[in-house]
Amino acid sequence: MSDVSYVRTKMLDEMAPPVSQVGPIRWARENLFSSVTNSVLTLLAIWFIYSLLAATLPWIVFSSFSANSLGECRTAIRDAYGADATGACWSVIRERYLQLLFGFYPSESYWRPILALVLMLVAIGPILFEGLPRKMLIFSGLYPFVGFFLLWGGTVWLPVTILLGFVIAYFATTMLGKVIGSLGAVIAAILLPVIWWLFLAGPVAYGLHAIVPIGLVPIESARFGGFLLSIVIGVTGIVLSLPIGVLLALGRRSDLFVVRTICIGFIEFIRGVPLITLLFVASTLLNYFLPPGTTFDIVLRVMIMVTLFSSAYMAEVIRGGLAALPRGQYEAANALGMDYWKSMRLIIMPQALKISIPSIVGIFIGLFKDTTLVSIIGLMDPLGLSTAIRANAAWNGIVWELYGFIALMFFIFCFSMSRYSMYLERKLQTGH
Amino acid sequence: MSTAVEREVDRSQMKVSDEVAIQITNMNKWFGAFHVLRDINLTVQRGERIVVCGPSGSGKSTLIRCINALEEHQDGHISVDGTELSSDLKNIDKIRSEVGMLFQHFNLFPHLSILDNCTLAPIWVRKTPKKEAEEIAMHYLTKVKIPEQADKFPGQLSGGQQQRVAIARSLCMQPRIMLFDEPTSALDPEMIKEVLDTMIELAQEGMTMIVVTHEMGFARQVANRVIFMDAGQIVEQNEPEEFFNNPKSDRTKLFLSQILGH
Ligand SMILES: Nc1ncnc2c1ncn2[C@@H]1O[C@H](COP(=O)(O)OP(=O)(O)OP(=O)(O)O)[C@@H](O)[C@H]1O
Ligand SMILES: [Mg+2]
Repeated sequence: MSDVSYVRTKMLDEMAPPVSQVGPIRWARENLFSSVTNSVLTLLAIWFIYSLLAATLPWIVFSSFSANSLGECRTAIRDAYGADATGACWSVIRERYLQLLFGFYPSESYWRPILALVLMLVAIGPILFEGLPRKMLIFSGLYPFVGFFLLWGGTVWLPVTILLGFVIAYFATTMLGKVIGSLGAVIAAILLPVIWWLFLAGPVAYGLHAIVPIGLVPIESARFGGFLLSIVIGVTGIVLSLPIGVLLALGRRSDLFVVRTICIGFIEFIRGVPLITLLFVASTLLNYFLPPGTTFDIVLRVMIMVTLFSSAYMAEVIRGGLAALPRGQYEAANALGMDYWKSMRLIIMPQALKISIPSIVGIFIGLFKDTTLVSIIGLMDPLGLSTAIRANAAWNGIVWELYGFIALMFFIFCFSMSRYSMYLERKLQTGH
Repeated sequence: MSTAVEREVDRSQMKVSDEVAIQITNMNKWFGAFHVLRDINLTVQRGERIVVCGPSGSGKSTLIRCINALEEHQDGHISVDGTELSSDLKNIDKIRSEVGMLFQHFNLFPHLSILDNCTLAPIWVRKTPKKEAEEIAMHYLTKVKIPEQADKFPGQLSGGQQQRVAIARSLCMQPRIMLFDEPTSALDPEMIKEVLDTMIELAQEGMTMIVVTHEMGFARQVANRVIFMDAGQIVEQNEPEEFFNNPKSDRTKLFLSQILGH
C-alpha cells in the first residue's frame, strides 16, 4: 500500500536546543523549581540564608583588629560604627594566634614545627596520591624519625639508633630466616630490636653524641600546645591506628585460639572504656606502674592511648569490610597458590579497606576532634589554651571569636579529610 | 538442556597416558557429623577429561575442592602428581599452584585489571619477572579471545568474558590439571557456548580436566569418562556413549531422565 511507504528525501540539520534547555535557567528549573514543594523549599532556604547572613555578616565585618583588650575593642567598634554596633573582636586572634598554633613552644624555634609540617606534607604526598614518584615512599618511611627529631630536638643520634632497631629487625627476618627457620626469624625479629631499644639504643646514642655532638635544643612536651599538639597527636593516631587496626581485625578472625582471644579481649576492653578514662590513666596511673625515676613523656603517653583507642574501633570497621567480601575471593586466592599473608595483602585487604573507606575516615575525623579531650588532663591544646586566654583579665568574656576560630581550623582539617575520602572512593571505583 | 554446539571435536590430540595424575583412595570427608563423601576411590590418568554429574548436594563440589585442599579430607589418601596431600602447608601450596580451579561465580579479583588478575599469582607465587608475566598473560588472553579487554576491570565484562578471563588466569600458572566447578551454570546460553568452546580447546591440547557440569553435550563430545555421584558416593562411571545410552543403576537412570527431560 502506498500510504504507509515513506522515504526521507532531505536530511535534517542539527539545531541548537531551545534556551530553556541549556545553562543556568535550565539548571534552576530542574533543581530548584521542579515542583510546587521544591519551589517553596527553595524560597524558604533563600530566606533562611538571608537571615543568617543578615545577623552574622555585620558582626564579622564591623570588627576590630587592633585593640589590646575586650574593653578597648568594644570602644573602638562603637567609635567606628555607631553606638549600637556590636562587632567581632578579632584582636584576640591577632594577639594570640601564635600561641593557638604553637602553644608555649619557644618562638625562636618556630621554624622547627613549620619545617616538620612541610616535610610531613611531602611524606604523606606519595601515600595519598598515586601519581607521585614511588621513590618518595622511602622518605615517608623515614619521616617519623625526622619529625620526632625536629619537634623534640635533642641529639640526632637518638632517632638514628631507634631507626637502627628496625634495620636489625629487617636483617633478622631476611638473613636469619635461612638459618633458624621462619618462626625463629620472626621471634628474633621482635626480640632483638626490643632488647636493642631497651638496653643499648640509649647508651649508644649518648656515646655517639659525646663523640659527634650534633643535635637541636631539646624542647620538652610541656611546651607543646595549640594546633601543634592536636596535629602531633592526631596524625600519629591516624597513621598508627590503621595498621594496628588491620592486625587486630585479622587477629580477631584468626584460627589460632590464643591470638583470637587476645584480640577480642583488647578490642572489647578498649571499646568499653571512655577515652577520658584512658587519658587519666595515661596522665596519672601509669606513673605508679613505671619504675620510679623513669620519666615517660606525657605527650607520648597520650599519643599511645589515643592510638590504641582508635585502633580498636578501626579493627571493628575493617572486620566489617572483611566480612563483606564473598568467600570466593579467599578461595580464588588460595586456589592460585597464595599463602595467607599474600592473599590478605594482595586480594583481601585492598578490597576490605576500600569497602570501609567512609567508616575509616569517620574514625580519623573523630580521632582528630577527640584530641581536644586532652585539655581535661591539663594539656594545652587549642581548647585548653582558649580557657587560659579567657581567664586573662584583658580577654575575660570573649567567646565567639576564639571558639569560632578554633572551629574553623578544625573544620578545614576535617573537611579536607572528608573530601579526600570521596576522591579516593571515586578513584577506586572499578565497576561499570 | 545441552547448549554445547554439536560440532566436530578433534579428539586426535586427547591422548590418555599411563602416568597417574590424581590418585584418590578410600577417601572420606565429614562436615561436622555429616558424612559428605564416602569411600571415594578414583584414579585419573594424565590427559583424561572427566565429567562429574549428580543431583544437587551429592558432594560433587566437595570432591573436587578436596583435590586442591580447599576442603580438608579426614580419612584416606589423595595424591596429586605424586605429591601426597597432607596438612603440610608446603605440599598444599605446591599442589595448588599446579592445579587450576574454575568457579561457578568466576571469582575474579574486582579491584584489579584483567591483566593484573592474570599476572598477580605468577609474579607473587612463581616469582616470574613482571615483564615476562605480562607476556604470558597476553598470550593466554589472546587464546581465550579477549586480549583487547586486558586493561578493563572485571566489573566491566560480561559473564562469559569473565569466565574466560578466569580460565586465562588459571592457565597463567601453567597448571597440569584443571578443575571446573559448574563453570557455565551462572551464564546465559550464548555465553555458555563461548566458555565451552574454550574448554574444548583446552581438552584438545591434552589438558587433564575434571569438570563438574550438567552440560551433557559437552560430556558426550569431550569427556572420556563420566562419573555419576549421589549421596556422597560414586554410583556409576563409564564412557560417555555407554553412560548415556545404557545406564546401569536406577539412580543414574532417574537422574538422566530428569536432566535430559525424557
Ligand atoms: N562448608 C560446609 N559446611 C557444612 N556442610 C556443607 C558445606 N559445604 C557443603 N556442605 C554440604 O555438603 C553437601 C554436598 O555439598 P556440595 O556443594 O559438594 O554439593 P554439590 O554436589 O556440589 O551440589 P550442587 O550441585 O548444588 O553444587 C551438601 O549437602 C551441602 O549442604
Ligand atoms: Mg556444587
